[in-house]
Amino acid sequence: MSAKGNGLMGWIDARFPLTKMVEEHLSKYYAPKNFNFWYFFGSLALLVLVIQIVSGIFLTMFYKPDGELAFASVEYIMRDVDWGWLIRYIHSTGASAFFVVVYLHMFRAMIYGSYQKPRELIWLFGMFIFLALMAEAFMGYLLPWGQMSYWGAQVIISLFGAIPVVGDELTLWIRGDYVISDATLNRFFALHVVAVPIVLLMLVVMHIIALHEVGSNNPDGIDIKKNKNEEGVPVDGIPFHPYYTVKDIVGVVVFLALFSVVVFFMPEMNGYFLEYANFVPANPFKTPEHIAPVWYFTPFYAILRAVPDKLLGVIAMFAAIIVLFVLPWLDRGKVRSIRYRSSAFKWLLVMFVISFIGLGYLGALPATEGRTLFARIFTIGYFGYFIGLWFISKNENTKPVPERVTS
Amino acid sequence: MSSEAIDHSRRRFLTAATSVVGAAGVVAVAVPFLSTWKPSARAQSAGAPVEADISKLELGQQIIVKWRGKPVWIVRRDEKALATLAEIEGELSDPGSDESLQPAYAKNQHRSINPEYLVMIGICTHLGCSPTYRPDITADWLGGFFCPCHGSKFDYSGRVYSGVPAPTNLEIPPHRFVSDNVVLIGEDGEA
Repeated sequence: MSAKGNGLMGWIDARFPLTKMVEEHLSKYYAPKNFNFWYFFGSLALLVLVIQIVSGIFLTMFYKPDGELAFASVEYIMRDVDWGWLIRYIHSTGASAFFVVVYLHMFRAMIYGSYQKPRELIWLFGMFIFLALMAEAFMGYLLPWGQMSYWGAQVIISLFGAIPVVGDELTLWIRGDYVISDATLNRFFALHVVAVPIVLLMLVVMHIIALHEVGSNNPDGIDIKKNKNEEGVPVDGIPFHPYYTVKDIVGVVVFLALFSVVVFFMPEMNGYFLEYANFVPANPFKTPEHIAPVWYFTPFYAILRAVPDKLLGVIAMFAAIIVLFVLPWLDRGKVRSIRYRSSAFKWLLVMFVISFIGLGYLGALPATEGRTLFARIFTIGYFGYFIGLWFISKNENTKPVPERVTS
Repeated sequence: MSSEAIDHSRRRFLTAATSVVGAAGVVAVAVPFLSTWKPSARAQSAGAPVEADISKLELGQQIIVKWRGKPVWIVRRDEKALATLAEIEGELSDPGSDESLQPAYAKNQHRSINPEYLVMIGICTHLGCSPTYRPDITADWLGGFFCPCHGSKFDYSGRVYSGVPAPTNLEIPPHRFVSDNVVLIGEDGEA
């Protein structure tokens, strides 16, 4: 730790570890110098979180969580509140952007083995963030109280009804009524704006503390702390600030440019970000012709539909998420990065990517016999990755890993 | 303070006892919080049984009653309609109503207390659309209910045809006849 200075900083440091924290997490946090494109998405996820919190706070100033008033209050924001349309489109686009960056961030961890020892807890905290994010998105989608809000929630909450014995009581308890109603809307609002965001923020802090404890992984999957100079600084490390803060600003600029294109020119994204049926107020007596979740849930929805039995389908869908939690223990390999892993690993990963995207595509479409067949094949491909990984990683035919990071 | 040796077992016991009492307190406090999520008294009274007057219902007619926010159909079936029930059992996926939701007294071919009066929740077991009553008979349709959303077909007892998206027969709510002319929906009676 540096010597206590004088002046204002000295005064603060004697009472609060400000300099110590800045050094630990920014100016003397040494990150590997070979970060590439895939390393933008962590900081971008943080940026989107801030965007969602700020735009969300402003939306709550005008939104009414009431079955009678909710739909009209959203239209009020869109038409009558100055710049209300912008705030609302920022929030709705932000939801999809969140999943784009989080999926890419998770994929980065998969290709470079960032979940492997000693980073299992970082991955677990991250998975809980993903879970909280899904809950947040699902509950937020009910709030506009449109047809898709209503019937989407109806389908998802009925999933809990598939649980034997307690299922029906549980769905009644979640809804707080015999159908989705004002009671459901009100509690989802409370969870969406207060409870889940607090959990989310706590998890993000834990995710980052765990990361800074063990240090960042890198595209070579090498432990840079093994190779330190006389001052104890990793030779392949550079201080996060200013090097990566500057790099991340480039990512932020590119991201915000793309984000603005969506917000200003295609906020509905052809029905993928905001579904058309949601421009009709919720009507408990009429179901929309075709119910599909928003794009970021479609891979899991496709798995649900691929299984003919309702309970087994629900189990398969939840298993698809739970299996990600145990990924650090399914992968028994010692080599982290895809650069030095076997071709078997690469083919498995190709299969996983095709399956995940395929499921996402099918989950957005009405089910037909042919599509269900493909959804089943992709479901096997999805789970096949994890099973296959467990088998091939035991005695994997890997390439030699270099001592120092490559450029 | 005396320098007596610390009694570890006593300390362990007190720690455990405090933890148990504390945990019991947490559970006790959690009950009211979690119970707030149950349907409120107002929601329950809105979900109370409803009476329907069937004195003016003619043979072949259908009326729709609202119960717990859901449409409940009451259909008065004639002899011809009831005769079709046995006829088409080969085309149904669950003619014995083993998979579907209904009170025990409606687990029969006509799925009702009185064969003439069918009382049924008008929500498709597929994705919750509301099917339509189609008594019009054609060459390949003996009459029943048809869901326009995804084409599920049901017979006059709400039993689902095989090869359609709906997984089970339509749900029968608990109901009983208060008198010959009044049916109470939402409350069980003796068969």
